[in-house]
Amino acid sequence: MKLTSLYAAPLSVLLVVSGASAQNAQQYGANPTLPEPQRGLLPDMTVPEPAEWGDQLPTVPDGYAITAIATDLKVPRQTLVLPNGDILVAEGSGGNAPRLKPKDFIAGYIKSQGTTSVESGNRLTLLRDENGDGRYEQSVFAENLNAPYGLALVDNNLYVANQDAVVRFDYEEGQTEANGPPEEITKLPSEINHHWTKAMTASADGDFLYVGIGSNSNITERGMAAEVNRAEVWEIDTETGMRRSYATGLRNPTALTIQPDTDQLWAVVNERDELGPNLVPDYLTTVQEDGFYGWPYSYWGQHVDPRVRPQNADKVESAIAPDYGLGSHVAPLGLAFSIAEMGDEFAEGVFIGEHGSWNRNDPVGYKVVFVPFSNGEPDGDPIDFVSGFLTDDSRTRGRPVGVTIDPDGALIIADDLTNAVWRVTYEGNE
Amino acid sequence: MKASSEHTYRRGLHPLHTVLLVGTLPLFAGAMLCDYAYSTSYHIQWATFASWLNVGGLVFTGLAFLCSIVGFFRAADRNLALMIYPALLLLTWILALVNALAHARDAWAMMPAGFALSIVVVLLAGTATWVGFSRLGTGVKS
Repeated sequence: MKLTSLYAAPLSVLLVVSGASAQNAQQYGANPTLPEPQRGLLPDMTVPEPAEWGDQLPTVPDGYAITAIATDLKVPRQTLVLPNGDILVAEGSGGNAPRLKPKDFIAGYIKSQGTTSVESGNRLTLLRDENGDGRYEQSVFAENLNAPYGLALVDNNLYVANQDAVVRFDYEEGQTEANGPPEEITKLPSEINHHWTKAMTASADGDFLYVGIGSNSNITERGMAAEVNRAEVWEIDTETGMRRSYATGLRNPTALTIQPDTDQLWAVVNERDELGPNLVPDYLTTVQEDGFYGWPYSYWGQHVDPRVRPQNADKVESAIAPDYGLGSHVAPLGLAFSIAEMGDEFAEGVFIGEHGSWNRNDPVGYKVVFVPFSNGEPDGDPIDFVSGFLTDDSRTRGRPVGVTIDPDGALIIADDLTNAVWRVTYEGNE
Repeated sequence: MKASSEHTYRRGLHPLHTVLLVGTLPLFAGAMLCDYAYSTSYHIQWATFASWLNVGGLVFTGLAFLCSIVGFFRAADRNLALMIYPALLLLTWILALVNALAHARDAWAMMPAGFALSIVVVLLAGTATWVGFSRLGTGVKS
C-alpha cells in the first residue's frame, strides 16, 4: 500500500513530499553515507501486502537447497538448535503500547497490513527430525508463555526471554516437553513495550545472559519517562538473577550472539525512523561493555537527532559509532555466526535475517543476507543469501526473523509471515 | 388566489450551525495553548493533547463548512460577498489538516511548524467566526 501516492495528490501544493531521491548512497559498512534528515508532511510508508508462495520457494545460491521444515506455526520469531539436533521455535507477538495520537490509529492500521493475522502462539514448538531424512515432526514443548523471543541453553537450563521476564526450564537432552511451568529468573521492563522483543544469548562461559531491551518509542514520542531501562542490553547473572546495564543507547537490539573464538558479544540493532529513506542505517556491532550507542540523543556516533528534547550534549559526546551499517530500514531481527560446514563462500561471517522496511517507498530487506568477515571483523558488502520473499509486484510472501546455525551445516530461518521455519542446507558443488 | 413566492426565511445561523461554528475557536485555541505548553516544558503529554484538540477542531470546522455551503445555496441573494464566510472556513480546515500532519511528526519534530500553524489556524477560525456572525447574524425568525 502506497500511502504517499494515495494522499499526496490532492495536497501536492502544500506538501513537501520527501522525494523519491533514489540515491545510490553507500549504505553499508563502517562508514555509511548519512544524508541530511528529511521528513515531508507524510512519512514514506510502503507496506507490501502479503502473498502466497504457491509452489515456489525462496531463492538460495547455487549449491544450496531450501525447504520449509515447519508450517502453520503461530508467529515464529527465534529458534534454538539443541545439542541433539532438535529445534526449538519461540512463537508469539507482544507489545501493549496504547495508541496515543491520531497518527497511531492510522499508522498502526497500515503497518498491520503487512503482518500475519495469526494469533500470538505464546509457546515453544519443538521440531525433531527422527530419522535424519530432513523431515521434521512438530510438537509443543511449552505453552502459556508471554511473547517468548530470546532463547538460550546453558547446560541443563533452558532460558526463555518472555516480553516481561527471563524464565528458566529444566532441560534434559532428548526431552520433548517441559516438565512444568518455568521458574522466573529476572523481570524485564515491559510497560508499554513499544519494542517488545527481548533478544537473548548466553555468555561463552554460561555465567551470564545478555538481554536486549528495545526503546519504548521511535524517538521519545512517548516521553522520556517511558525510556527508563530501555534501549539497553542487560547482563543477568544466571546464579542470582541480578542484572545490570551492560551497554546503553541501542535503540532496538533485536538479536544478540556471541562470536566464537573471541567470545565477544555482537548485536544487530534497528535504528530510528522518519528521517528519510536512507537514514538511519540499521547496524551490526560489537557491544562494548558500558558503551553508549547514541539513542535517543544521536545516531551513528555524534549525529544529533533534533527531535529529542531536552538535548544532552554530554551524552552525544560519549556516543560510540557502531561497527557496520546494514542499510536503513532493513529491520535486522536475526543474527548468527557461520561455520565451515556452510560452504567456503559463506564460511566466515554472519547471517542476518532482515524483516523488511515500511518507512520507505522502495521496500528493502525482506531477505537473509551474509556479511563476510575476515580476521574476526566485517569485511565486504552484504551478500543476498536467501531472497525471493518480495514478489515483482512488491508484495511479500514471507518476512525473515531469527536465523540460527545448525552445526550439521544448515541455516534455520524463522519466518513470521509465512508462519514457517525454513532450513537452508549446503549441498556442495557436485 | 395569487401564488406567493415569499418564503419565511430563517434569518441568521441555524442553531446547529451556530454550535458547530462556535466550537471551532476553543478547540483550536486549546491546541495552540497545549503547543505552547509543550514548547516550554518538553512534556510530551501536551503535544498529544494538542493533536487531539486539533482533530476536534477539524471535525467542527468541517461540519460548519458544510452548513455554510448549504446556507449559501439556500440564500435568496447569492453574491460573492457571501462566499467569504465558507471560504474562510475551508481555508481554516485545510490549514488545520496540514497542522494535523505536522503534529503527527514524532516528538520535537512537530516544532516549530506545529505551533506556528496552530496560531495561524486560531486566527483564521476566529476570523471565520467573526465574519459568520457579523454577516449572517445570530438572528431570529422573521
